[in-house]
Amino acid sequence: MTAADINRTILAVWRIEQPRLITSLSRMLRDVPLAEDLTQEALLSALEHWPTAGVPEKPGAWLMATAKRRALDHLRRGAMLARKHEMLASDLEQEQQAMPDLDAALDDDIGDELLRLIFTACHPLLSREARAALALRMICGLTTEEIARAFLLPDATIAQRIVRAKRTLSESGLAYETPRGEELSERLASVLEVVYLIFNEGFTAARGVDWLRPQLCNEALRIGRVLTSIAPYEPEAHGLLALMELNATRTAARTDAAGEPILMLEQNRALWDQLQIRRGMQALGRARELGGADGFYALQAAIIACHAQAMTADDTDWSRISGLYAELAKLVRSPIIELNRAVAVGMAEGPEAALPIVDRLVQEPALKAYHLLGSVRGDLLHKLGRYEEARAAFEAAAALAGNKREQDLLRRRAAEAADAAMSS
Amino acid sequence: MRFMFFVTSPHPPGPPTQELMEAMHKLADREIKAGRMLDSGGLMPLATGAQVRITDGRLSVVDGPFVEAKEVIGGYAIFELPGKEEALASAKEFMQLHKDFMPGWEGTCELRAFAGP
Repeated sequence: MTAADINRTILAVWRIEQPRLITSLSRMLRDVPLAEDLTQEALLSALEHWPTAGVPEKPGAWLMATAKRRALDHLRRGAMLARKHEMLASDLEQEQQAMPDLDAALDDDIGDELLRLIFTACHPLLSREARAALALRMICGLTTEEIARAFLLPDATIAQRIVRAKRTLSESGLAYETPRGEELSERLASVLEVVYLIFNEGFTAARGVDWLRPQLCNEALRIGRVLTSIAPYEPEAHGLLALMELNATRTAARTDAAGEPILMLEQNRALWDQLQIRRGMQALGRARELGGADGFYALQAAIIACHAQAMTADDTDWSRISGLYAELAKLVRSPIIELNRAVAVGMAEGPEAALPIVDRLVQEPALKAYHLLGSVRGDLLHKLGRYEEARAAFEAAAALAGNKREQDLLRRRAAEAADAAMSS
Repeated sequence: MRFMFFVTSPHPPGPPTQELMEAMHKLADREIKAGRMLDSGGLMPLATGAQVRITDGRLSVVDGPFVEAKEVIGGYAIFELPGKEEALASAKEFMQLHKDFMPGWEGTCELRAFAGP
């Protein structure tokens, strides 16, 4: 084994153990940023010792003992203890009584602790980007270098983001606890938003040269599954998990051999992942059982579910999709959702029903530079036999398109419309 | 990456100890909650099943009691993990439980990556 192989092996063990380490230390210290520092020190210690001593038989217990020793050292330092004294005095002893035996092969359920940790890492005080970096670091156990590679950013940028976020958390004096009541839904939204951000960052990468970018999808899915296990009564957590699972089912079908993207309606559905579709449908079912059918994520998941359940593109239930988009539009006013609704209406009822929706959107400032508006409009006009207008719409869209492949496609469509105009 | 783990034990298998059952249950619970284990299942003894074989171009059904079998698959689990290193770490942890809680047991945990992207 090369040194790099040994490091990979150690990191693999680390990732399994990391959530228990950081939650145990957070409980001990009541300070998440500090707990994070000390669990990182335990990792460094493993990276230093294991290559020569070998990976211990029970690596989890080794890491836990090392991390806890550091935490106890820290608590013993006078100044630290004085500052924490008030907070700790009443429950430290109790906590330590309750602390799992270091020799136990497996600790008890850490669900509540993990939930607290997730709420802290994804606190709305922090920017979305900072929350994403902290979540990947604290919940998924990715290193700074891995996070940087996944987001295509320099190490220093991510390192600084993490340091700043931890400082913000430390200075805010936040209570380390699970929010309740009304605060819970607001805080949960902040968590779900970040999980979805991480997922989308990986999903748009499709099949990158670097495994870490698509890996973001898996990490987001994993946090989603963690959330639905430890917060099982939150419908939107299930809704988001459903949305991510159902979207991820298309991973194998999304690109051709040359890595070029394939549009959903043209994908080989035999390549869609049936195990994942089943899991996605289960999560969506759970969201509905909990009364969350009309949630922001559940509605989007329901739309993807319509696609996932259609055996062929022609079987797609477009009228249901357009209904779901209409519900989604009631929830969040967004011209992009409205444009998607127009596409579904066009498929369900025909281009004459969809064109007025799109025409209303032409005035939207937010869509002024959005090439897909022109693309959808051109398509509807073409279907209605208004070829000259279709050509103009496609050409305007081509001028706005960001990448060459899309520009080519739109120019081709403009040329087709021009030909049709000549011969009609 | 998705992995399937197969656990094979000597045939006929002895029942797992209570301690092993509890430890495996805890591990499975942790792995599900961590979002890594997607599915798992234990399999009933060979006698509850059958084999359909093709030999010399002929199809035949072989029913129990399979006295000649030396090792049998006792269960499986499907994991979603970043890579083979994580799968190995996970399988080692699983097998360590057998070593700790069912001394004398011998068997194999085979892990294989799913075909796919």
